Amino acid sequence: MTAIVQQTSTPRWLGLWPAVILVLFFLVPFGIMLGVSVAHRDPSGFYEWGFELDSYARFMSAFFAKVMAVSLGVSLTAAAICVAIAFPFTVFLGQMSNRTQTWVLVVLLSVLALSEVIIGFALSTLLSQTAGVGNLFQWLGLIDEPQAYTPSLFALITGLCYIGFPFAVLVLYPPVSRLDPEIVEAARVMGASGPRAFFGVILPNLRGAITGAFILVFVFTLGSYLLPQLLGRSEHWTLSVHITDQAIYQSNLPFAAAMSIFLMLVALALVGLASLAGRDRGAA
Amino acid sequence: MKRRDLLKSGAAGAMILSAPSILRAQGAALKVGTYGGYFQDSFDEHIYPDFTAASGIEIESIGEPTGEAWLVQLQQAARARQAPADVSMMAQVARIKGERSELWAKLDESKMPNVANLPDHFVHRYEDGSLNGTGAVSWYITLVTNTDAFAEAPTSWQAFWDPANADKIGLMSLASNSFLLEITAATHFDGTDILDTEEGVLQVMEKLAEVKSNVRLWWRDEGQFQQALETGEIPMGQYYHDVTGLAASQGKPVRSTFPDEGAVLDSGSWVVSSASQMVDQSQVFIDYMAQPEIQAKLSRMVGTAPTVPRDMTDLTEEEFAAVSSDKEPILPKYEIYVDRGDWINQQWSENITG
Repeated sequence: MTAIVQQTSTPRWLGLWPAVILVLFFLVPFGIMLGVSVAHRDPSGFYEWGFELDSYARFMSAFFAKVMAVSLGVSLTAAAICVAIAFPFTVFLGQMSNRTQTWVLVVLLSVLALSEVIIGFALSTLLSQTAGVGNLFQWLGLIDEPQAYTPSLFALITGLCYIGFPFAVLVLYPPVSRLDPEIVEAARVMGASGPRAFFGVILPNLRGAITGAFILVFVFTLGSYLLPQLLGRSEHWTLSVHITDQAIYQSNLPFAAAMSIFLMLVALALVGLASLAGRDRGAA
Repeated sequence: MKRRDLLKSGAAGAMILSAPSILRAQGAALKVGTYGGYFQDSFDEHIYPDFTAASGIEIESIGEPTGEAWLVQLQQAARARQAPADVSMMAQVARIKGERSELWAKLDESKMPNVANLPDHFVHRYEDGSLNGTGAVSWYITLVTNTDAFAEAPTSWQAFWDPANADKIGLMSLASNSFLLEITAATHFDGTDILDTEEGVLQVMEKLAEVKSNVRLWWRDEGQFQQALETGEIPMGQYYHDVTGLAASQGKPVRSTFPDEGAVLDSGSWVVSSASQMVDQSQVFIDYMAQPEIQAKLSRMVGTAPTVPRDMTDLTEEEFAAVSSDKEPILPKYEIYVDRGDWINQQWSENITG
C-alpha cells in the first residue's frame, strides 16, 4: 500500500524546487535592488551599502511626477487601444475555420520574435517624410506635401500597440474560443440584435479575460524604453528611459533602483485596482 | 582568527593571486580594453599585430562598454585585486572619476619618452605630479548638414538657434556626451569659463533651452541619427566629423563643418588599473601609442584625430582634414560633470530634454 502511494503521488521535496528557484532568481535580485535603492551614492561611480532615503527623496519632484504621468498615460492608452482592437478581432477569429485560426495565430506569434529595435526602425521609416506613407497620401492627393508622422505621440502609441496586440489576442483567444455559441444564439432568439448580443452577452461574459489582457499589455508596455526613444519626442520619454539614463550613463545605481521600485509599486497598485474592479463587476 | 587569516592569505592567496603573475612572467598577453565594435576591430586589425612584432608583447583584446559601466567594473574588480584589463581606453569623465579614487596605476615617465610628444591636456597627472594616463585617441563633434537640404554650409553653431531651422535638428540627448553646454557657452558667452559656477550653468541652460523648438530628435543611438541625416529627414545636427566624412566619401549627401566658434574636441585616454600585474608592459604599450607615426596610422586606419601636434605627423593636407582641423577647438569642461554630475543631469532633464 505504502509503495503504491509513493509511486502515484509526487514526492513532497519536488515542491521545494520551484520555491528555491523563485527565491534564488527572483527574490534575491529583488532584495539586492531594494538594498541598492537605499545605498549611499558615491559620485565617483559606485555606491556604498547603507540606509538612506535620498534617492527616493530626489524622485519626489514635480518633474518626475510628470514623467510618471506620461509613462502611465502612454501605457494605459496603448493597453486600451490594444484590447479595443484585439477583442472584436479575437471574437471574429474564433468563428473562422481551425486551419485559418492556426495560421493567424502563427503569424501573430512570429511578431513576438521581432526585436523592438527592428519594429522601431521599421515604423519610423513608414511614418517618415522621405520614405513613408506621407508620400502615398500625397500621390493620392490627400495632402499637398509629404509629411513626417514621427517622432510623435501617435508614432509611439502605434509602436507600443504593435508589440502589445499579439499578447492581448493570446490572452483573449482561449476564453473566446471556449465561449458557448448557444449563449449568443439564445440572445439572438430572444430578439437581441447583433451589436446588442455582442455588447450585452459576449462582452460581460469575457470581462475577466478582457481585464487580464488589459493588465498584461499595460505592464508590458510600462517597461518599454527603446520605442519612446526611437518614436517619441523627448517629452514622451517614459520613466524607463530615465532609469536607463541613470543606470547606464550616470552610473547612479541607487537612484535607478529607487525609480524602478517606485515604478513597480505604482504598476502593482494599478494592477490590483484593475483586477479588483473586474472581479466585483463580474460577481455582480 | 589570525591563524585562519594566515591560512587564507598563505594557501588560497598563493594559489589564486600568484598563479596569474607566474603565468604572466612566462609571457602571458597584455590585456588592452578599447570600446567594443568598430574601435576594437580596427585596433585588432591595424595596431596590435604591429605592436606585438615591435615589442614581443602579445595583446589580448578586450571589448569594453562605453559610458561609465566599464569604470564600475574596473573598480569592483580592483577591490578584489583583479584587473579585467591592464590598459583601458577611458572617456574623460570616467577617467577623472577613476583618478579621484586613485584607481589608476602611477606610471614611470622615464620609461616612456614618447609621452613628451603629447600636449599638456593629453598628459594626466595626480596632484603629486605623477603620471596616471595619456591621451589615446581624439575625435571632433561638428555641425553636420544634409547637402540637399542646405545648399550652403552653415558657418556657425548659431544655426541651431535660427527660427528657420524649426523641427530640423538632431542633438545628442545627454549633457555629458553632447557638450552642448560648452557649445552654447562658446557661441553666446565668449567661452566656457561661465560654466565654472552653478549660476553660470543655469544661465547657459536657459540659452540652450531656446533651441528646444528646433530640435526634432534628441538622439542616443548614432545609427538612428546618421540614417535620418543621410535621408534628409533630420537635415542638421551635431555628429562625429570622421563618420560624416566617411559617409560623404561614399556619396551620401552629408557634410561636416568646423564652425567659427570651434568644433568640440573629445577624446579617450589610456589608463592602467592599479590592480594590474603588468604595469611595465602597459608602459611599453602606452609609449608605443604616443609615437607620431602610430597616431598618423590611427588617423588613416581608424579615423581618429592625432593626439600629437600635426607637424610631427606625415599626414597629408587631405588626410588631416578628414579627421581634424587647425581651428581652435572647444575643449569640454569634463570636471563639471564629475563635480556637479548629478545636479547637471537633473537640470538637463528638467530644462532641456524634459
